[in-house]
Amino acid sequence: MSKPPIQIDLQPPVGDWADTSPEFRKGSWCYSATPQNLVQLGMPNPRQWQPSDLDWKLPENWKKTILDGMKERLAKFRSFRLFMDICVRCGACSDKCHFYLGSGDPKNMPVLRAELLRSVYRRYFTLTGRIFGSLAGARDLTEEVIKEWFYYFYQCTECRRCSVFCPYGIDTAEITMIGRELLNLIGCNINWVLDPAANCYRVGNHLGIQPHSLKDNLEFAADELEEITGIRVDIPIGKKGAEVLFVAPSADYFATPHYYTLLGYLALFHEIGLDYTFSAYASEGGNFGLFSSHDLMKRLNAKMYEEAKRLKVKWILGGECGHMWRVIHQYMDTMNGPASFLEVPVSPITGTRFDNARSTKTVHIAEFTADLIHAGKLNLDPRRNDRWKVTYHDSCNPSRAMGLLEEPRYIIRNACNHFYEMPENTIREQTFCCGSGSGLGTDENMEMRLRGGFPRATAVRHVKETHGVNLLACICAIDKATLPTLLDYWVPGVEVAGVHELLGNALVMKGEKTRATDLRGEPIPAVEQEAAHA
Amino acid sequence: MRNKAVFALIVAVIPACAGAALSNLPSLRLPLAATVSYAACAFFLAGICLRVLRWASIPVPFCIPTTCGQQKSLVWIRPDSLDNPSSGLGAAMRMGGETLFFRSLFRNTRCQVANTRAIFTESRWLWMGAIAFHWALLVIVLRHLRLFVQQVPASVLLLEKIDTLFQVGIPGVCISDLVLLAGLSFLLGRRFADPVLRYISLFSDYLALWLLAGVAATGLLMRHWSRVDVAGVKQFSLGLATFSPVLPHNLGSLFFAHLLLVCALVAYIPSSKLMHMAGVWLSPTRNLANNSRAVRHVNPWNQPVVTHTYAEWEAEYRDKLKEAGIPLEETDVEATYSN
Repeated sequence: MSKPPIQIDLQPPVGDWADTSPEFRKGSWCYSATPQNLVQLGMPNPRQWQPSDLDWKLPENWKKTILDGMKERLAKFRSFRLFMDICVRCGACSDKCHFYLGSGDPKNMPVLRAELLRSVYRRYFTLTGRIFGSLAGARDLTEEVIKEWFYYFYQCTECRRCSVFCPYGIDTAEITMIGRELLNLIGCNINWVLDPAANCYRVGNHLGIQPHSLKDNLEFAADELEEITGIRVDIPIGKKGAEVLFVAPSADYFATPHYYTLLGYLALFHEIGLDYTFSAYASEGGNFGLFSSHDLMKRLNAKMYEEAKRLKVKWILGGECGHMWRVIHQYMDTMNGPASFLEVPVSPITGTRFDNARSTKTVHIAEFTADLIHAGKLNLDPRRNDRWKVTYHDSCNPSRAMGLLEEPRYIIRNACNHFYEMPENTIREQTFCCGSGSGLGTDENMEMRLRGGFPRATAVRHVKETHGVNLLACICAIDKATLPTLLDYWVPGVEVAGVHELLGNALVMKGEKTRATDLRGEPIPAVEQEAAHA
Repeated sequence: MRNKAVFALIVAVIPACAGAALSNLPSLRLPLAATVSYAACAFFLAGICLRVLRWASIPVPFCIPTTCGQQKSLVWIRPDSLDNPSSGLGAAMRMGGETLFFRSLFRNTRCQVANTRAIFTESRWLWMGAIAFHWALLVIVLRHLRLFVQQVPASVLLLEKIDTLFQVGIPGVCISDLVLLAGLSFLLGRRFADPVLRYISLFSDYLALWLLAGVAATGLLMRHWSRVDVAGVKQFSLGLATFSPVLPHNLGSLFFAHLLLVCALVAYIPSSKLMHMAGVWLSPTRNLANNSRAVRHVNPWNQPVVTHTYAEWEAEYRDKLKEAGIPLEETDVEATYSN
């Protein structure tokens, strides 16, 4: 590619931000949702339009709809009203956002992203705003404001990094979620969110792969695993009475490099003899509803408990996914629980009772596997991962909406010999988003994605230069889908893998043949050496 | 941007001028000073209660703490019980850290971008400025308590003694005054000097700081320059507190400027961002325990939604499921055959 490299300038312009409006430059926004997807999900104002159009074909009463929507949400979410009221504009959040650091666009500072909504809130919902107008930081709601909301609320990945630093815990994810809900009321949504959501809703997974093809894919994975290990694994789908329902992000079945993580899960479940089942109905744990509205999140998430109940499993095990875990950890039980038909999860292999999941009855696979390793139930040969110098990228949601920090690291340390942390301001709760989360990982949005991924990439480049890191491990399906492109641009030569791919490589299975390749089908250097010695 | 700061300054000067003018109206001084003081207090108390009650009356539908450390999961992994509390007690301690020590602000970093590299440096200046200002303000407010009670509590006297430890000047210079001035200057200065802060600052951000600066300046001038008659001030404030206002004649224009600035500030608080002093306690990303998988968080309005049920799904894909050998619900299979 001979495109000019991305330039970044963080110097803010002079003048008043309220006087500026966004330019819908190619590469910095996502296509609108197709009318079919809106119809499928029963959402308002389906029509043909694009954000670059002058006329957005808003419904006639759009202004009333938005203001009514704000009023309703101000009464339903304490977070919303509080975060509208208490910001002091101290600026601590300003340089915490990956989109601001990558674009230099001041409205990508979390404080101003929220002000876009706050200014309208003040104008219509506070006395001072009504009386003093712009002096009190209030703005009229116009079509220009709607366009600005669209531009900037679809330039936030709801990663919550700013919320870590805010002295009042103001969470831009809450503000963006409400902002997007409001936009949804008048049909301003993006296809990269609603297409997967519609597919998940109707078919069961984000690509809309039908049940029989899902089964083919899983069978194909079993074939491939057999070729590598010499062991045929059984993959139950919709098996009633299984102990555990396993739900992964559906990218794991269809996309690369997610697929190698799937092979890792399959090898692990076979090795420990887990009585589990996949589901074709609830084959998607990832929840693109989260990126649209609380209602849509609930509609998609409902499938997990419904299927667990139908299949009469004891508990649910969840795969490697970021926002799926935000939903499971912070929303599922509240929205679709209580799951009284399930039991408190107990690992059938180690007997460990997962008390931290005693109400939701859903365990993260990193917790499950870390427990197996700690109990000495797995025979691991980390040398099989010796070609990798690994770093670990904390995914936003498991780190900042859960605190799953040590479990994946423990697995990596046991499955790999070469593990290096990125600088401390870029990992754990301070981790940087891949820049493509919350439904923004589409190709027409590439420039913004590359910009948003810049802070993460610069930290990866640091460990590449200091330790020769060539693999970034993570536990998020969106990371796996989007980081390869991003790293290719900023740090060529670093690949992306799931933690359970590394585990699957290291896992010595009972009765397996000498593995010639890893799960990617690449030769294992240690084996090559042994062969040479023989 | 500069206009906002200047305009805010002009607005902040108005109460000071009004106070000075008031001191020259012998017959109206007492009724006006008392009325304004009572009105400001009433506005403050009612306003704060209303705002807090309104926030508190809105449900917290979901358990959304921002977790800043290791969760409590497996027994052999040490949880970060302060930054990722799993119990109410932990959450209370986290809130204590936030409100007493500004823990989140303490994490602050500064990120600069140069040659396609992001460089992070620790940045505690804002934290230092903020904590200096807030603690100094608290000490000063507590010191003022002696003006409102006949018998000054020993703790207030002790506080004052510590505050004037340096014993410079008569009356002694208070450490808290110096710290407050330094903190305020920093908070105001950065809004002028930092282009990012200039860009995000609103009129109200400057107004709050100018009012505080005005209060501090008039207070210091009274104490150290015009040497206000403290006994007279106490007579006035005690009169206010006992609802029988009296006004000694020896209180000059500086006192009235100070009084009206305080009234303006206090009355302004409920409708301003200064409500963060109450709001921070209610912030759901900080005051909730991260135990949403262990204990069900209840949403009082849990919105009913339309879902795509298993039965509907199976009906749509029955043939394909059958062909692929994926088990069906038996009853439905029978239904298919009977059709």
